[in-house]
Formats: sequence, structure tokens, C-alpha cells
Amino acid sequence: MVLKTYRQAINEALVGEMRRDADVILMGEDVAGGAGGSGEDDAWGGPLGVTRGLLSEFGSDRVLDTPISEAGFIGAAIGAAAAGLRPVVDLMFNDFVGVCFDQVVNQAAKFRYMFGGQDQVPLTIRTMIGAGLNISSQHSQSLYPVFSYFAGLKVLVPSSPYDAKGLLTSAIRDNDPVIFCEHKLLYDMVEDVPDENYSIPFGEANLLREGQDVTIVALSRMVHVATEAAAVLAREGIEADLLDPRTTTPLDTESILDSVEATGRLVIVDEAGPRCGMASDIAALVAEDGFGHLRAPIVKVTPPHVPIPAAPNLEAMYIPDVARVVEAVRRVVAY
Amino acid sequence: MAIDLNTADPEALRRRLALRDDPVQRYRRLVEIRAAEERIREFHASGQAWGTTHCADGQEAVAVGLAAAAPPTDLFWVAHRVHAIGLALGCTLESVFAENLGRTTGSVGGIGGSFHLTDVGVGLIHSFTIIGTQIAQALGGAFASQVLDSDRVTVAVFGDGATNIGVFHEALNLASLWKAPVVFVLENNHYAEFTHVDAVSTVTPLARRADSYGIPWQVVDGQDVEAVTSATTSALEHARGGAGPTLLEMSTYRYLGHSRSDPAAYRPEGEAEVWHERDPIKVEAARLRALNVVSDADLSAIDESVANEIAAAADAAFSAPKPPLSAMFTNVWAPEPAP
Repeated sequence: MVLKTYRQAINEALVGEMRRDADVILMGEDVAGGAGGSGEDDAWGGPLGVTRGLLSEFGSDRVLDTPISEAGFIGAAIGAAAAGLRPVVDLMFNDFVGVCFDQVVNQAAKFRYMFGGQDQVPLTIRTMIGAGLNISSQHSQSLYPVFSYFAGLKVLVPSSPYDAKGLLTSAIRDNDPVIFCEHKLLYDMVEDVPDENYSIPFGEANLLREGQDVTIVALSRMVHVATEAAAVLAREGIEADLLDPRTTTPLDTESILDSVEATGRLVIVDEAGPRCGMASDIAALVAEDGFGHLRAPIVKVTPPHVPIPAAPNLEAMYIPDVARVVEAVRRVVAY
Repeated sequence: MAIDLNTADPEALRRRLALRDDPVQRYRRLVEIRAAEERIREFHASGQAWGTTHCADGQEAVAVGLAAAAPPTDLFWVAHRVHAIGLALGCTLESVFAENLGRTTGSVGGIGGSFHLTDVGVGLIHSFTIIGTQIAQALGGAFASQVLDSDRVTVAVFGDGATNIGVFHEALNLASLWKAPVVFVLENNHYAEFTHVDAVSTVTPLARRADSYGIPWQVVDGQDVEAVTSATTSALEHARGGAGPTLLEMSTYRYLGHSRSDPAAYRPEGEAEVWHERDPIKVEAARLRALNVVSDADLSAIDESVANEIAAAADAAFSAPKPPLSAMFTNVWAPEPAP
């Protein structure tokens, strides 16, 4: 194994699947690195360089820069998937789903069902989530709870390079539409990642730490915030089960309920908002199906119910941090 | 990939291929569609069917001409006014009736209802009820043909209303850019729901919008099944030969209101009557009679045999079971996990 970044892990998953299957094509704004200019080929590879190098290996027939037409090219990718390809589309920032929402949630999500199972949409939509770059309310949201609402869409929130590579590989091989949510602050995170492609099954939470006092469920980059918090708490003698669901659809409800049965306490750490989000969804799950095991109220650690500010001091207070998680856990343990 | 002619219902495929070389069969299908939609309205009027329904009375020549021109391997992504094009492409009467009646033998097992039909075996991918979306999907299907080196052409069928939605413009730009093997069929029946086309756009003919994207276009007499067949055949050949997309505007008229609840009171007096004079069934009957291909007795015999088929198909649809609870949970997800 070799240390690789989250960015490299995603790039390798794409390269591996494109080598393995000629039906895999890549489409999106600037994924080929800036088409049409007379300067350097492959100069970019997406705004954060994730798809760099793919154009030179696979050519412009399989790595396509598109116009700024999300409804058009995501709609086309859905049609291409239904007609036999296995497209991977880049919806740069997940906030942009506003201009192609119909395509994602009414079309891709429902084709198999509404076509009576006569066709399918093996499509992967890669998209960036998360705050932390001081780029305000329309480039920083975490919309996986929105995607998770829709039956027919699978939704992945990898928190590490290893998971990113394995989950993206599974996404491309999957026969349903998958939304693959890349947290933009994780691109430089490094970890041991195998060279060859491997798949991680959907709906299997990762138990990152074991403890008897409290269950912490954290998603995407919040897994790292929760990991730090758990280390602080351990020094106080509070031991946490730390679960990363890794996929919000399907959701590994069994692992969450089993953990709460053992600990009796639940804190959910989510960068998505407090209303109608994964934190409230998981809280509702445990309130309904695990109530008898609870020894304290469930606590959600989320941003406030506001759009996202750009000013660095405000954004830092918007995003859940280690101190808030530690405080929340102390509160449920002391209840 | 599910699209495979070997999976086609042999009866649907036979119905599709019957139109190819036989003008009498095309005439017969016009009659069948008119009568089938009349029967569908009776299901609703009598409370036997639920939801809504959108009929294409007056527009049958567009449906039949498209189906006659295209081989069954070409793929159609069409709009919600789908009974006509569905029956033209080969969907059986029973599968269309049963879908309207919410039965297991319906085109998509009762999940879709009146305006959602699929029969990939004869190239009907689906009918779409969010206006215009299928234009992008058809483009994607055409792009797949290019990547897969297939000679399959894709056809998008949409109404005049869809030319005002963004995805129409985005898809035309991409189709031109990619030189995609797609035919855009703009079925101009002059009303988007209740609103006349002239009230919502200043460009006449609408097809001229294709000029913005460097796509060739043509206005076709949508009341004449042979004109539709001929124009579509040329556009399909153009696309199949690698020359890229075409936009065909089929000029036609919707005899009835938008859906079953609309009496179309907004139309000026006498407007529908003008179109009725060039009714697609009348136009084709006159041609066949003039060519002496059929006699009046033959035409009556067609009417009678269609009526019998419709009665039998309706009986069969009524006797099919309603979907079981398990059907609600089927086809939400891929049947097997990722390898």
C-alpha cells in the first residue's frame, strides 16, 4: 500500500474503471481540463484537479468537457446510461443541482420503477459538498440529505481516501444512479490506498472506534471532527463507539441501532443542516426503533439553520467543531 | 442493458413492422388509435379508470408516420400524450388499456397510468410528463450510439410547449456540438395545455429556433401520414449517415382539450372545424381510394375489425388482475448488488 490523497484515490478509481470497462465515460464542465484553448492540454481536470490526466489516456471521446448546461448534459448522461453506457458525470458543486434537479430526482431516480423494470440508469454523479473554503452559501452546502430523500438514488459520503476509492469503484459498477459526495476539504487527506481497484459494499457502516459510553454517528468530514473529539473524551474516561455510515442510502440502520443498544446514548455529528437532515433522520430512527435502550436524549451536532456565510470567523462557527462534539457528549453522559 | 429486440413481445413487434411497407396498415392504425382513445375516454367517463388522460385525436398521422419510418431498433423518448405513439410503435391495445385501468398486464404493470408507457422491445423507452426532459435523454441515447459505434438513431418527440423550456435549448446545442444521431420531432398541436402557441413565442415557425444551433429543420404536414413518414425517413437517414440532428416540426391540431377535464372553451369558434376538414384519417382514406388500393367496403371492413379488436382487448384488460402490494416495492433498486 502507498500513501495517497483523497483526490488521487478518486482519480485512480476513475482510471481503473475506465480501463476495465469501455462503456465508462466521463462528462462535465472542465473535466478534460479546459477544452478548446490552444495552450496546455489537460491543464486542469475539474476545478480541483481530480480528473487530471484522464483526457490524455482516454481521449476526448470518453472524457468530455461540456457547456454550462447541467440539465442538458446530466439529462443526456441519464439517456446514455439507459441506452447502454455507464457515464460518470461531474456536477461540480452539489449546490448546482438546483438547475438540474428534475433530471436527478424525477428522471434518473425513477426510470427503473416507472419503466416497469425494462431499463436502468447505471449513472454516477460526482459532486463536491461541504463548507470551509469561505465561498459562501451557493458553493458550500452538504445536500446529501436532499438526495437521500428520493427512493431510487444511492448516496455515498466517503470520509477517507480508502473509502473514496472503494465506494466510487462500487458506484461505477452499480446498476442504479449513485450520487458520490466528495468533501472538498478532504482532497488532500492521505491514507494507505491499494493500487488496484476494489469495491466497498453500500450500506455497511465503518466502526472507527469502540466504546461503551456513547454512540457517535458522524458523516463525511465530520468523521474526523468526531475522531478528534472521541480522543479528547477518552482522556476523560468517556469511551465512544464511532460509526461512519459511509452511505446515506442505503443506510446501515442495524449497526446504528446495535450500537445504541449497547451504549444507551446517541450523538450525531452532521455538516448538513439541522432540519430534515441525516442527523434528524438518524435521530428519528433511534427514537422509533431504539427508544427502549436510550438513557439520555439524543443530541444532534449540526450547523445552525442558516445559509452559509463566507467570512472566515463566521464560517468557522457555522461548521460543527471538536469542542461542540465534546460538549454534546459530556451532556448526554451526565444526563 | 435491457434494450434487445429479442426481448420484444412478438405481437408488438409484428404490429410495429406491419406499418413499414403497407399504406393500408398505416391507415388501419390511424383508425385503431382514434377508436382506442375513444374507448379510453369511456373508461374514465364510466369511472373504470382513474387519474387523468391526454388524448391525441387529430394527431394520429404524426404517431403513425414516425413509427412507419423508423426501424424498431431506433429508440423513442416521447411526451405524455402517448396512447397514439405507443399504439403506433406497436404497444398492444391490451397493454395500453390495462395501463390506463391499473392492471398487471399494463405496459408498466399499472405503475405509470395513462401517460406513462414503456415498451423497450419496440423502441418506446418511455413517455415523459415533465415537459421537455426527454429531449435531453434522447440526445444521451444518441451519444451512446456514437460511443458504442451503433447505427441506432434516437428520436425525441415533444410538443410546442417544450420549446420554451431550457432543456430544449441545452440539448439542441449539445446535439449540434456532438453531431449526435438524433431526430427532434416537434409536434406542434398549437396549444400548450390551454395556451395558444402564439401567446408564448414570437418565432414562427417554431422550428426556426433550430437555426440558433445550426441544426437543419423542416415544417411537415402533420395531418398527412405519408408526408410524416417521408420526412422522418429522410431525417433518420441523415442522422444514421453521421450528418447529425434534424428538427422536424409536425404541424397538427389537438381536437380535444389538454386532458379529460378540459372542454377547450378557450378556442375560437370554427378553428377545430377547419382542421377536421384535413383529418388524418380522411386524408389517408381519400388517398387510398384515389389510388384504388381499397374500396369503400374495405374501409368499412377495417372499421369493423378494429372495433372487434378493441372490444376484445378491453375485455382482456378488465379481466387482468390489479397489481399486488409487492408491485409497489419492485423495480425501485437494481435486482442484484454490484459485483
